[in-house]
Amino acid sequence: MNVNQQTPMASPYGQPQPGYGQPSYATLGGGYPDPYGPYNGPSTAYQPGAPPQGYSPYASFPSKAVAEIPVSDLSSPLDLGSARGPPTSAPPPVSTPQAYSHYTHGDTQNGPPPMNHPMAQPPVSQPYSQSAMNLSGPQSSYPQQYGAVPPMQQMTNQMSGMQISSGPPTSAGLGYAPRPSSQPLISNTYLAAAPPSYTQAPPPVSAAPSQPPPPSEPAAPQPYYGGHPALQQQQPFPSSAPLQSQPFPFQPQTPPVSQQQSFPPGPPSQQPFPNSASLPGPPPVSYADPHPTQQPFPPRGPPPTSQTGSFPPTSSPPAQYLGPQPPSQPGPPPYLSGPPPRGPMPPSSMSQQQANHLPPGSMQQPPQPGMQGGYPPQQNGECTWLPTSLLSPMRYGFYAVFSSSGAFGQPRGPQPGYGGPQYPMQQNYGAAPAPAPPPPAQKRLDPDSIPSPQASELPAVQKSRHRIDPDAIPSPIQVIEDDRANKSSEPFTTGVRGQAPPLVTTTFQVKDQGNASPRFIRCTAYNMPCTADMAKQSQVPLAAVIKPLATLPPDECPPYMVDHGEGGPIRCNRCKAYMCPYMQFIEGGRRFQCGFCSCVTEVPPHYFQHLDHTGKRVDCYDRPELSLGSYEFVATVDYCKNNKLPQPPSFVFFIDVSYNAVKSGMVNIVCQELKTLLDYLPRENPEVDSAVRVGFVTYNKVLHFYNVKSSLAQPQMMVVSDVSDMFLPLLDGFLVNVNDSRMVIESLLDQIPEMFADTRETETVFGPVIQAGLEALKAADCAGKLFVFHSSLPIAEAPGKLKNREDKKLVGTDKEKALFQPQSGFYSNLSKECVAQGCCVDLFLFPNQYIDVATLAVVPVSTGGSVYKYTYFQAETDRERFLNDLRRDVQKPMGFDAVMRVRTSTGIRATDFFGSFFMSNTTDVELAGLDCDKTVTVEFRHDDKLSEETGALMQCAVLYTSCSGQRRLRVHNMAVNCCSQLADLYRNCETDTIISFFSKYAYRSILNTPTKTVRDTLVNQCAQILACYRKNCASPSSAGQLILPECMKLLPVYLNCVLKSDVLLPGADVSLDDRAYLRQLVSCMDVSESHVFFYPRLLPLVKLDGGSLPMAVRNSEERLSKGGVYILETGLHLFLWVGANAQQELLSNIFGTPTFSQIDPNMTNLPDLDNPFSKRLREIIDSFRSQRSRYMKLMVVKQEDKTELIFKHFLCEDKSASGGASYVDFLCHMHKEIRQLLS
Amino acid sequence: MATYQEFIQQNEDRDGVRFSWNLWPSSRLEATRLVVPVSCLFTPLKERPDLPPVQYEPVLCSRANCKAVLNPLCQVDFRAKIWACNFCFQRNPFPPSYAGISDVNQPAELMPQFSTIEYIVQRGPPTPLIFLYVVDTCLEEEDLQALRESLQMSLSLLPPNALVGLITFGRMVQVHELSCEGIAKSYVFRGTKELSAKQIQEMLGLMKPAASGPQGRPVAPQDPSATCRFLQPVHKVDMNLTDLLGELQRDPWPVPQGKRPLRSTGIAMSIAVGLLEGTYPNTGARVMLFTGGPPTQGPGMVVGDELKTPIRSWHDITKDNARHLKKATKYYEALASRAAVNGHSIDIYACALDQTGLLEMKCLSNLTGGHISMGDSFNTSLFKQTFQRVFSKDYNGDFRMAFGGTLEVKTSRELKVSGAIGPCVSLNAKGPCVSENVSHSFPVTFFVHNAPIPQGGRGAIQFVTQYQHSNTQKRIRVTTIARNWADAQSQIQHIESSFDQEASAVIMARLGVFRAESEDGPDVLRWLDRQLIRLCQKFGQFNKDDPTSFKLSESLSLYPQFMFHLRRSPFLQVFNNSPDECSYYRHHFVRQDLTQSLIMIQPILYSYSFHGPPEPVLLDSGSILPDRILLMDTFFQLVIYHGETIAQWRKAGYQEQPEYENFKHLLVAPLDDAQEILQNRFPMPRYIDTEHGGSQARFLLSKVNPSQTHNNLYAWGQETGAPILTDDVSLQVFMDHLKKLAVSSAA
Repeated sequence: MNVNQQTPMASPYGQPQPGYGQPSYATLGGGYPDPYGPYNGPSTAYQPGAPPQGYSPYASFPSKAVAEIPVSDLSSPLDLGSARGPPTSAPPPVSTPQAYSHYTHGDTQNGPPPMNHPMAQPPVSQPYSQSAMNLSGPQSSYPQQYGAVPPMQQMTNQMSGMQISSGPPTSAGLGYAPRPSSQPLISNTYLAAAPPSYTQAPPPVSAAPSQPPPPSEPAAPQPYYGGHPALQQQQPFPSSAPLQSQPFPFQPQTPPVSQQQSFPPGPPSQQPFPNSASLPGPPPVSYADPHPTQQPFPPRGPPPTSQTGSFPPTSSPPAQYLGPQPPSQPGPPPYLSGPPPRGPMPPSSMSQQQANHLPPGSMQQPPQPGMQGGYPPQQNGECTWLPTSLLSPMRYGFYAVFSSSGAFGQPRGPQPGYGGPQYPMQQNYGAAPAPAPPPPAQKRLDPDSIPSPQASELPAVQKSRHRIDPDAIPSPIQVIEDDRANKSSEPFTTGVRGQAPPLVTTTFQVKDQGNASPRFIRCTAYNMPCTADMAKQSQVPLAAVIKPLATLPPDECPPYMVDHGEGGPIRCNRCKAYMCPYMQFIEGGRRFQCGFCSCVTEVPPHYFQHLDHTGKRVDCYDRPELSLGSYEFVATVDYCKNNKLPQPPSFVFFIDVSYNAVKSGMVNIVCQELKTLLDYLPRENPEVDSAVRVGFVTYNKVLHFYNVKSSLAQPQMMVVSDVSDMFLPLLDGFLVNVNDSRMVIESLLDQIPEMFADTRETETVFGPVIQAGLEALKAADCAGKLFVFHSSLPIAEAPGKLKNREDKKLVGTDKEKALFQPQSGFYSNLSKECVAQGCCVDLFLFPNQYIDVATLAVVPVSTGGSVYKYTYFQAETDRERFLNDLRRDVQKPMGFDAVMRVRTSTGIRATDFFGSFFMSNTTDVELAGLDCDKTVTVEFRHDDKLSEETGALMQCAVLYTSCSGQRRLRVHNMAVNCCSQLADLYRNCETDTIISFFSKYAYRSILNTPTKTVRDTLVNQCAQILACYRKNCASPSSAGQLILPECMKLLPVYLNCVLKSDVLLPGADVSLDDRAYLRQLVSCMDVSESHVFFYPRLLPLVKLDGGSLPMAVRNSEERLSKGGVYILETGLHLFLWVGANAQQELLSNIFGTPTFSQIDPNMTNLPDLDNPFSKRLREIIDSFRSQRSRYMKLMVVKQEDKTELIFKHFLCEDKSASGGASYVDFLCHMHKEIRQLLS
Repeated sequence: MATYQEFIQQNEDRDGVRFSWNLWPSSRLEATRLVVPVSCLFTPLKERPDLPPVQYEPVLCSRANCKAVLNPLCQVDFRAKIWACNFCFQRNPFPPSYAGISDVNQPAELMPQFSTIEYIVQRGPPTPLIFLYVVDTCLEEEDLQALRESLQMSLSLLPPNALVGLITFGRMVQVHELSCEGIAKSYVFRGTKELSAKQIQEMLGLMKPAASGPQGRPVAPQDPSATCRFLQPVHKVDMNLTDLLGELQRDPWPVPQGKRPLRSTGIAMSIAVGLLEGTYPNTGARVMLFTGGPPTQGPGMVVGDELKTPIRSWHDITKDNARHLKKATKYYEALASRAAVNGHSIDIYACALDQTGLLEMKCLSNLTGGHISMGDSFNTSLFKQTFQRVFSKDYNGDFRMAFGGTLEVKTSRELKVSGAIGPCVSLNAKGPCVSENVSHSFPVTFFVHNAPIPQGGRGAIQFVTQYQHSNTQKRIRVTTIARNWADAQSQIQHIESSFDQEASAVIMARLGVFRAESEDGPDVLRWLDRQLIRLCQKFGQFNKDDPTSFKLSESLSLYPQFMFHLRRSPFLQVFNNSPDECSYYRHHFVRQDLTQSLIMIQPILYSYSFHGPPEPVLLDSGSILPDRILLMDTFFQLVIYHGETIAQWRKAGYQEQPEYENFKHLLVAPLDDAQEILQNRFPMPRYIDTEHGGSQARFLLSKVNPSQTHNNLYAWGQETGAPILTDDVSLQVFMDHLKKLAVSSAA
């Protein structure tokens, strides 16, 4: 599969500006945009890289052949894509540059990692860079690259099946073709070859990954490499190949060869080789021949011209792309140089192609170019904003030419190169070794011309590696960096309807101009389909992730408070929507028409205001509710429970004092901490003492309540042993004001650890604990929060008693779902009562063994609470994490006794909700507590048509009691566009949000459905989304190409992460508790948390000077350099990975010791060293921690240490130990799925 | 012994026993004809400062079902060292330790003056006294404060090694752990849920995890630190407990308008009983319940918490309208028997203006030998001093209380115990069990067997009382009594003269009260009347159908008058008394000794005037004169009544003037006398100082014989006394009727 991520890249770019050019290139570069940007400068050289694109196409072609033959091809294709890209680019130096630029983008994506890589792979990288440079000196370089790449091969092999030539590539290809004459040729060849190859390849890929590879994926790939793969691959290929092969006779051919069947040429020799060979030139040609259709690709050449226009802009982006692709160092520099020279145009086309193709392999690229050619138009159609090129990349995103996969195989060469090159590229960026690299890139670009050399060169390399180049497939890093580069500078204004906000990874400022800030609401689609049919066809989920009480950065103003007087907020008479900017005032302002239900309501006299000539109220801008997306109303007594103004909430602390809890040190820590923490209870006015009252209970088998009335000299303990029928033993003196009772409370907290220091009681209860808290709040007639610090499975005789039901044998069976369901209905019923009282439960668990999180978490989850789990808690090492969590949990602003309702305009309806809450009917989300970190995800369904004119409106109103006891209504309004064209939908999606939604949906589904079914459903839905795009939005192209919409080009990689997550695919060492814990955790994550959770942030620790962070690298072991130190953040974990060969200076800067072996792997905090590097590093770590709602304990992982396994678990682009597919494999699989849907 | 009077007095002084008949009829039939049953009032632990306990074990009859104790009535063969049991005639050898016995060297128990003797025995390790306070916290702040002080004060009165425990209750029940340092710790129970003793012990952590015996029998307190966290020696927890009591809060649960506070008395008591049952079974212990209102929730509730539903009245009870009565009574009875079986007594100190459910709870004390005290508020001297007096000490500095008493009654063959009335519960063996207070007495009624009576022989009765002395010694007191048999046919005169009318009045009164517990008031009165008439018919001298000829002998002369006042007493008259008050009065009536009982039946009235020294006067409206000060002692009340003139003088302040010092003296005299009575009375009587026309004068007016009423005021037309506004008959009318009925041949 050739994955042309470039498109995606392009899209990002496109949006920004140069995007277009980039986008087109992007096809290649995929997510690399940013890099490209930088590359552009140097890109000239890189641009040559662009040619590589051409190559890539070639690669694709050959890859096809190759792909067909050996399953390994799959990988090879990938490799080819990347590898080839560069090499091919090399040839077309000048023109290619652009292409390179695209590549560079790709590279840039890779780029980040490259940074690391450079470190690690310096030597190799150089070669790679050269290889990247290959473009200039393509072939020669290739070999090197290949040589270097080998490791990649596996990846690529898997990937190879999947050649991702972004849609754009095709178009780009076309476009490119024109520009770089060579490219066209290549493209032609590619096209010819590519399509077939792709087609074939994809199947193989899919097949490969699915069939043989899957079992022993790693092994499989290797075999492939070895050539043996052929056998294995053959099988897959055959099956898959047939489908794809159809277009191409090759497949048949391949069969003969056995594995290489698809491509006779390939088969004979090692598949890769043939492919590569073909890639270089001949193969493509041959392919081209076979595939007249592909010829269109050649048109690329022409398109390029057209695209050129777009390209120019893209050029810069291309540079970025180039960066990525150029992974070979040359990329970047070339880009810089390249871009300028050819300017955007060639690069764009090329880049796209390359980007797209590159991944697939230079071989395929050609075809892609063709595709790109087609794409450009699509792109244009798609992205109104961006230059066609940009769009095209988006769409083109990925064309995977299976047949080309063979070619990709060649690309592998590039991959290695990429791996190396890319990094080098980055390095280059830094170092600007551009000049040299560019050449190689050019080579790539020159596919046509290069072919021969490539062929010669590539073969060898390819032979060794039949893979898709990971660098060629869409890179999350690239996308993120692009978005950051393009969107962080200017504030995001919410006034424009349907405008997608910057990614969650981008730092940006929001200006509320009538729609809720993305910090409050993020939608999966900002352009909703008008009809249910469209929605169903596209399968894109329509959902919003709402975080009603999100904390805003200091430079943004919190929602204004609006008081409409005694009558309460003004609302629509019919649907009860609150006054908002969507209300249309008519009849001179005497009435208003509801934007949601169109009902006309009288304006109350005290609210009357004249209208100006535009029909707006004169006071429109004086009133937040008429001009802003988010604001708050003061609620009147009508909005209160029992028509009584609420009391300030209370916090009750329940501390487990059983043997385990005491022994682990938890009791001591909690008591110590509470003494100071109580001064920081949430308050609205910092000047005033918190109105929150507190109470304390300890428990083991029985409960101990404490009377801490201020008039007492000593606290009094009241033991309730009658746990079967819990009640509150005291009223007065249980919930107290902290300041009044400070002395008593401190005395109590001092004594609790002493009192239970010698306890022998090991049994605990849990149900009665919650009941007690509930009773306490009932008695005090207030809402509140319970903090429960619990250590063990509650086996003592009491309501809610649990038994140990952990049974690993059930995992993977149909009965597995039962393990996620609560053991009994007791806690569900209890939680209903809690919600009715506004009793929110936060649970801190300190288990040493199975504790049944699935059951214990029922109440927290239903009441809007949180669950924290500290397995094997040890005071020394976990203290800080726990305390930080506790502090944050206690202090964070929150609302109590909340009810949330989402109203929508006629035509859609909120149908499903995800998160921590309780629903007693179908519309009201009841949250006993709602804190600033909790999100509610709402899914919408059509129940009628929407109109493009009015768009779709939604209003989320949350009624809650503030921490000072005030009743308030927070209102968030959101308007999105509606479209009658699917293309518009695909252009305005937010992949992160979609993934967030999918994960929540899937995690809930496992309660009722076997996990495997859930996984299949997810894959299927994504395939449908992409297939629908391919069918309806992408320009016609070979079925062998994988075309991804720019907005969704990361969908596969992210989806794979979701599928591989512990919840859906547990490894042997993942306990049931962990899974249940993560399951509930994800359900209320906001988009940024879920994003980093599924795709962790991996930063190389190189130069840390300056305020910016180093560019992230992709989550793959290959990106790690032995000589480097990396930091990886998931939102829950924080790792510092130290390469075995890390520089001494680096180590002494960080750890204070220059010796690797002297680093203490048990440290949880870095030593406080007085050097800028250490300071900056600790700053970064602190900033990471502050960004997340949970404190991340730092874990130092030394390479090849035992703990590295844990770390590797988070390298989510790699195969996981639990059997999760690598990114490349999965992409192949996806492609196969899509193809099946399309056929 | 000169007269029976003296004989009786001597016997009472020595043995604490008074018999209705001091000569016993020789057959059952005759005994029945005597109307007043052969029975006695026995005060088992009568204070005998002159009686030194002996330090050895009593010698028991060896017959398994006899086990009588060697006593002065036994025939002893000093040479053979053999004694014959006077109950079963078994011949028993003396134990080796009696080897030196001889005519001149007799052990104390053989001397006639030691018909009552006390042994100190060694039975296991001495167990300290146990006091478990059960305190209601649903009180007004003032009351609670007073109660706190009283309780704190009481700690200083306890011997240092006594174990104390504290349970407080309101809506919830809290069992306070006293051994802990720092944080005061208590176990809390819901006030509405009935728990078995086992559950209570489990929840209090009193069960040994592994050591629980067969069938979950409470484990003996082997590990004092673990099992006795709730009962600690005073000297160890004095400070703790004082602080604890000092910080005792009012029940914090809000009481909405129109509701009574929720009071879980039933559960609190059940926990108290369960706690002791689990920790110190068969050990003397005292549960002291202080309550300020009726139980309003949970088992044993007496009234709901709705104020609009008043607590049951006699009216409700007769109409069978008292919803909770039966259930609650049953509940408390069950508790009481559990406590009694384990030798734990329960005191009730109820202070409230309204009723507190004593009617239902009385059995707690009645069956376990506890006290009941009733007052208006804990903040009155009535309660404070009563409570203080609980801890009064005897000449040895020991409490006048004993614990875990068991009374066995052994009789000669001719006699059989038919029952006992008093603070006791039957152990189903031979005798009742009591947890005793020194001054308690109760009547034991005997049937005379049909077995042939040996001519000239004597019937003998032996009371064997085992108890734990307040100084923790185990003691056995043995009283052996003998009376002559008399043939009712031939010796009726002797029998008549042996009649103890005071004892008989009290015994009959108690029988009446006992009946009143289960029968309607009027029925009981009718029964009493019939008994009286039969007695008069039997022993009166009269001509048939000639009332004027009716005469009673001296030994019977006062008896009808006692009966007259008994009929009007609160023990039998429920009018004007709440059920609680009746229960309270009856409770005390059935346990005071003869003198006190008589006072209850017929209050004493003293008159003070310038005419002479204070003199007892007739309890008659005729005694109420303007120039007198009256002091009436009804046992429960002490009323000082100033006649009209005296009152005016007092108001005028003559007593302040030196020249009227004699008036001052006159005013002070009854006060001093009253004080003297107050000193010794338990429970504290209500002290009332009133005057002519005062509202409190009703206490006096309701007691005196209404010889003058508004009905006969003018007819009587004398200068004396004050008319009483009542329809009650006067003594005169009563006697007239009695004579008429007694002589009537129709009767």
